[in-house]
Amino acid sequence: MPEIRNMTMNFGPQHPAAHGVLRLVLEMDGEVIERADPHIGLLHRATEKLAESKPYNQSIGYMDRLDYVSMMCNEHAYVLAIEKLLGITPPVRARYIRVMFDEITRVLNHLMWLGAHGLDIGAMSMFLYCFREREDLMDCYEAVSGTRMHATYYRPGGVYRDLPAEMPRYQETSNRSRAEVKKLNEKRQGSLLDFIAAFVERFPGCIDEYETLLTDNRIWKQRTVGIGVVPPERAIELGFTGPMLRGSGVEWDLRRKQPYEVYDQLDFAIPVGVNGDCYDRYLVRVEEMRQSTAIISQCVDWLRDNPGPVIIDDHKLVPPQRETMKDDMESLIHHFKLFTEGYCVPEGEVYAAVEHPKGEFGIYLVSDGANKPYRLKVRAPGFVHLSSLDEMVQGHMLADVVAMIGTQDIVFGEIDR
Amino acid sequence: MLENIFNLISEHILGPAVGLLVPAGYASNALYTLEVLVKISAILLPLLFCVAYLTYAERKIIGYIQCRLGPNRVGFFGFRLWGLGQPIADVVKLIFKEIIIPAGANKRLFVIAPILAMAPSLAAWAVIPFDETLVLADINAGLLYILALTSLAVYGVIIAGWASNSKYAFLGAMRSAAQIVSYEIAMGFALVCVLIAAGSLNLGRITEAQSGSILHWYWLPLLPIFLVYFISGVAETNRAPFDVAEGESELVAGFHVEYGGMAFSIFFMAEYANMVLISVLTAVLFCGGWLSPFQGMPFLGDQPFLSEPNIAWLLIKTSVFLFMFLWFRATFPRYRYDQIMRLGWKVFLPITIIWIVVVSGMVVAGVGPWFN
Repeated sequence: MPEIRNMTMNFGPQHPAAHGVLRLVLEMDGEVIERADPHIGLLHRATEKLAESKPYNQSIGYMDRLDYVSMMCNEHAYVLAIEKLLGITPPVRARYIRVMFDEITRVLNHLMWLGAHGLDIGAMSMFLYCFREREDLMDCYEAVSGTRMHATYYRPGGVYRDLPAEMPRYQETSNRSRAEVKKLNEKRQGSLLDFIAAFVERFPGCIDEYETLLTDNRIWKQRTVGIGVVPPERAIELGFTGPMLRGSGVEWDLRRKQPYEVYDQLDFAIPVGVNGDCYDRYLVRVEEMRQSTAIISQCVDWLRDNPGPVIIDDHKLVPPQRETMKDDMESLIHHFKLFTEGYCVPEGEVYAAVEHPKGEFGIYLVSDGANKPYRLKVRAPGFVHLSSLDEMVQGHMLADVVAMIGTQDIVFGEIDR
Repeated sequence: MLENIFNLISEHILGPAVGLLVPAGYASNALYTLEVLVKISAILLPLLFCVAYLTYAERKIIGYIQCRLGPNRVGFFGFRLWGLGQPIADVVKLIFKEIIIPAGANKRLFVIAPILAMAPSLAAWAVIPFDETLVLADINAGLLYILALTSLAVYGVIIAGWASNSKYAFLGAMRSAAQIVSYEIAMGFALVCVLIAAGSLNLGRITEAQSGSILHWYWLPLLPIFLVYFISGVAETNRAPFDVAEGESELVAGFHVEYGGMAFSIFFMAEYANMVLISVLTAVLFCGGWLSPFQGMPFLGDQPFLSEPNIAWLLIKTSVFLFMFLWFRATFPRYRYDQIMRLGWKVFLPITIIWIVVVSGMVVAGVGPWFN
């Protein structure tokens, strides 16, 4: 009689639910998972090594591409690390702008997550609804940095430029009639802050709509309640951070526990789950979107009332104004030096972490005093979460693996780096 | 009107053709065969047209539900026409694609599977009554025939999953087999309720038994059964939220993951033909088929056009149920495989069994206005 063996199945990397390039080798007893072996490295781009080869500022753009759905938060950890080594503090307006864009990024990330998670579990309309709102936030990115995704907006010492006084508007084209353009531009008549304020006003209603479709949906609950339960102690042992940890009921949020920028002056709550299952993590993330909206709204109010510089006035680190270069020798020299050699950072090592939408995103930076890092190490929350996948899926069914990949909010850019 | 057209065709085209081609002794048999063939194509060609445009309707409706436009480019003769040419473009594309048979597959079964999936969903239309007289085969065991054929459809899925020699397809086939077997039972019991209520297995007779008014239709006395039947129908056709057999995010495409080109599109058409079939059956069994919803109403019921039985009512009712299929798909998350089983065995089966007793009681007691 032939020996009965478990079925080994290759899940991904070409799989609709693989969230990019996850390859899972599943050992299954019928539909039940006995073992899941995540394979990584298919999106490895050597970001850490590349950062060692070029001046500090030139790596900011690489940071965007780590977790490519929460771009500015990645930059934030990187510039925080450099600022720590340099011992500089950006102007307060820059810090408010950073916090505002961190929270916009958090909403962007959670919307992407909600859509993809919904799609994984089969609620496909969710994806489109989330993308509708994401579009507006992408426009904020574009207004401030010129690109919709990989902004490269944060700089050591502040942000690249102040918020635009005018929101870019749609133009009439052959496929876009005047009426459509008028409707699209309705909220874009004022400044970027007006646009964001309008979004903040509208967005809680949108979250209510998402919740109408999912939160009390019996099928959604059947698919998520009690799936992938991680007790709080185990979550800490596994090194979980962010919503994965808070979903298990541990109130840990770097924005509160190790406040950076101006988070200590803002009013927001940290939602925590109770059971540590997929449903709680869903609720935590949805509530985080609401809290982020509140933070954005506070930042908008502050930024409206307090104009000021958005980057430090030290031309050893920050390039001078373009106009001054034309008739000022010193500015020209600074400009030349910064764009060829960059700036040198004092010797030392530093770890800076931010509360990234996915968890604690940290940059460990070693400098030998040169104009580029000696070593850069990225602490990616997704990597830690993915390594617990095996433990989480054991005994669950194939359909739950998909739910679990979704709930971990995995993005391969940061895991493979 | 349709009968008249058919009679004209029979008299002026088929009759002379048979007379010319067939020896005199066989003429009447040949004429009968030809007539049946014409009738079959009169049912199947519009059906296939409906199937093609159901895919268009699905993309369009779900598109609008999701704040998108859906297909809106492919039209005819340089006019866009809201993308109405899309299904035809899709068919043409699929026809010209190569059908790849995987190296490890069982070739014969691999090719037979889509045919096995498609054939029952077309054959079942033989007993569907469109009108008092418009039915291909007015047989007394119509309901049994339907039950038998819809059960057959699962073999196409199982054989496809087995013959593909792929793990994803195999899992999909296993899921589908278990699911369809479970829901077949609930569906069978639901049909038994209808049979008890109408006292006949003939679908035309069942529809006629519902005449009176919208309240005489069986959806009211058999309300739980009506819901169970329609939901089981959704499950039986492998549609969302019960689409575990081809659950995109889990099994990629499930049982037909290895199929491409026309072989895939036959599975696809079978699924949509099944949807139409389930909708038409729900309309016939529970919503009075071709009967008018305004029949017996105080004011509207007096209007001759509105209250008369008409094939259009059947089409409208069918469209409403088809719309529900699409609506479900855009709204609900997918069930997990074991949860579908639980729903079938622990919820639907008890409901149907209890309601069989209730209906029997109502029939014996002659509860009006349905059973007196």
